[in-house]
Amino acid sequence: MSITQLVGIFLASILTENYILCKFFGICPFLGVSKKLDTALGMSAAVTFVMVLATAVTWPIYTYILVPNEFEYLQTLVFILVIAGLVQLVEIVLRKYMPPLYNALGIYLPLITTNCAVLGITMLVLDKGAEDPAFGYVASLVNALGAGIGFLVAMVMFAGVRERLESCDIPKSLRGLPITLVSASLVACSFLGFSGIVDKLLQ
Amino acid sequence: MAEKKPLIKEFTKGIIKENPVLCLVLGTCPTLAVTTGVSSAVGMGLAATAVLVCSNSVISALRKVIPNKVRIPAYITIIAAFVTIVQMIVKAYAPALNDALGVYLPLIVVNCIILGRAEMFASKNGVAASAIDGLGMGIGFTAALFLMGSIREILGAGSWLGLPIPILNSNPILIFILPPGGFFVFGMLMAIANKLNSEKPAKNKEEIGCAACPMHDNCGKLAKGEECAAE
Repeated sequence: MSITQLVGIFLASILTENYILCKFFGICPFLGVSKKLDTALGMSAAVTFVMVLATAVTWPIYTYILVPNEFEYLQTLVFILVIAGLVQLVEIVLRKYMPPLYNALGIYLPLITTNCAVLGITMLVLDKGAEDPAFGYVASLVNALGAGIGFLVAMVMFAGVRERLESCDIPKSLRGLPITLVSASLVACSFLGFSGIVDKLLQ
Repeated sequence: MAEKKPLIKEFTKGIIKENPVLCLVLGTCPTLAVTTGVSSAVGMGLAATAVLVCSNSVISALRKVIPNKVRIPAYITIIAAFVTIVQMIVKAYAPALNDALGVYLPLIVVNCIILGRAEMFASKNGVAASAIDGLGMGIGFTAALFLMGSIREILGAGSWLGLPIPILNSNPILIFILPPGGFFVFGMLMAIANKLNSEKPAKNKEEIGCAACPMHDNCGKLAKGEECAAE
């Protein structure tokens, strides 16, 4: 796979296939953690890290262990356990060797196991690989990194929107989550404008 | 726990009073993603209901065997097993639905409704009550998905269950079946639910929100009146 194609995959997964705003993965942290800019950054950094790591681990497990033994149907079960174990391991390693990073990401890590964006990316890259044999390990990792960055972009943008919302006079029934969802809808509208941009850029 | 009256209550609370989607705000990802049409919304709801009933019953039956410290991994394993079974059944008997739901079908594993009910209800109650609770919550989930799927399909595609609706059919408002429409319809439905619930006092957040949170054990900040660590 050429560099141009990899750049295309990377940009597409940030803009046109944005995990939160176009594919609806990881809506819970998107709504829960996007109130403040620093927590939004911490959460998305942790998600990006785990996404890439989980893809790096589950891809070989699926391709070299599950497929040759015809255990494809165990995919869901194996992946969720691998991700849960991985998150625990990352937590332990960070606590022992990188305390500053642990203090920054630590509280978000347990929440990531149940974040569907992580399980989603590990399965989606395998689906893409099944359709197009050229979509191999490197392309999967690039896609996972792009999806993580796309998550970060959406979270940070939306944290800004929500800070503005704080000072607005909102009708009583719309206060809280409803107005947040309506503003998310407008942010998603702007991401619709990106459709087709990546193909045009790389032509 | 086996008396008749509470069982009916366990069943109905999931449908209206504690509707998992509109009141507890659980399982938002599939709610937004698969409600572009009525048939995929109902299919998703039924698949999740099947998993919920089975996992609730098994977890409740094993609640005295599973050690407290490893309960979350144990629950996830049980749920993943049932999701795999449902996935295989859907693939075999409803391949069109499998294509429509795509990766969201295996993602039922991480649907917070299912883990939330396991943690909040099945780990504390008997098998029959847990199965009924799962059924009620599942039907509540399906009903909310059905409602959202109907609104989005009627306005966005001008049809209902694939049947064309005159006038709307020739002027579909495409945005409703695109991602922004999902956020918008969900926001509006929640505003309506808020309005209907506004006379009643607000529920204590510790009761509904925290038990489903994986940080429940080492956080407990809401109980102490502090701000939630996850927010």
